[in-house]
Amino acid sequence: MRILVQEDPFDVGEEVSRFSAGHQDVGAVVTFTGVVRDVPEERLKVMEIEHYPGMTESALAEMAATAMDRWSLADALVIHRYGRLAPGEMIMMVGTASKHRKDAFEAAEYLMDFLKSRAPFWKREITARSAQWVAAKDDDENALKRW
Amino acid sequence: MDILYFAWVRERIGRPRETLDTNAATVAELVEELKSREDRYAAAFSDLSALRVAVNQELTDFDASLEGAREVAFFPPMTGG
Repeated sequence: MRILVQEDPFDVGEEVSRFSAGHQDVGAVVTFTGVVRDVPEERLKVMEIEHYPGMTESALAEMAATAMDRWSLADALVIHRYGRLAPGEMIMMVGTASKHRKDAFEAAEYLMDFLKSRAPFWKREITARSAQWVAAKDDDENALKRW
Repeated sequence: MDILYFAWVRERIGRPRETLDTNAATVAELVEELKSREDRYAAAFSDLSALRVAVNQELTDFDASLEGAREVAFFPPMTGG
């Protein structure tokens, strides 16, 4: 398991290569990357991500450990950034490695659903006009029910 | 006990953390104690359905006991990913 909470950018290609290498008996690697989306009507200048140091790391490690228990995974990866990010920058990524793709896909979705609503991060969008905390979506909360 | 605030809760209260001596037995009692201090606390805690709480860095609910609590954090619903 590799869990990183960091301010610095990460290189998706490098992370995927590192994550995929070194496993035998793995037939499927699924990765998801989250990107800072522009707010076209208002022109996003910066997305600020605040987090809860200490709890963030333990919450992510717990989610990854649960995924490893629940699905047949050889490995799991979670990287999440905080601080000030520009549109187009990578915010986060998850990776799952498994013998078969079904476990890898499902576990990656599980990690994403939990990251959205249970990892202590808060986003604020700063545009030319305003600075607003991003509200949590009911859909994201409801997505947890299927797990 | 350390009390931490994040995101708009931090902004509304005007500080990221503080240390408090309290006899509150539950999170809800602690919230009542904080609300009675100043208007900005009353404003921040006016709608508990818009808030989440963690005790010792574990998510919990407002009925939770504060026995053994060293750190209590209040924040809005999380928006990770």
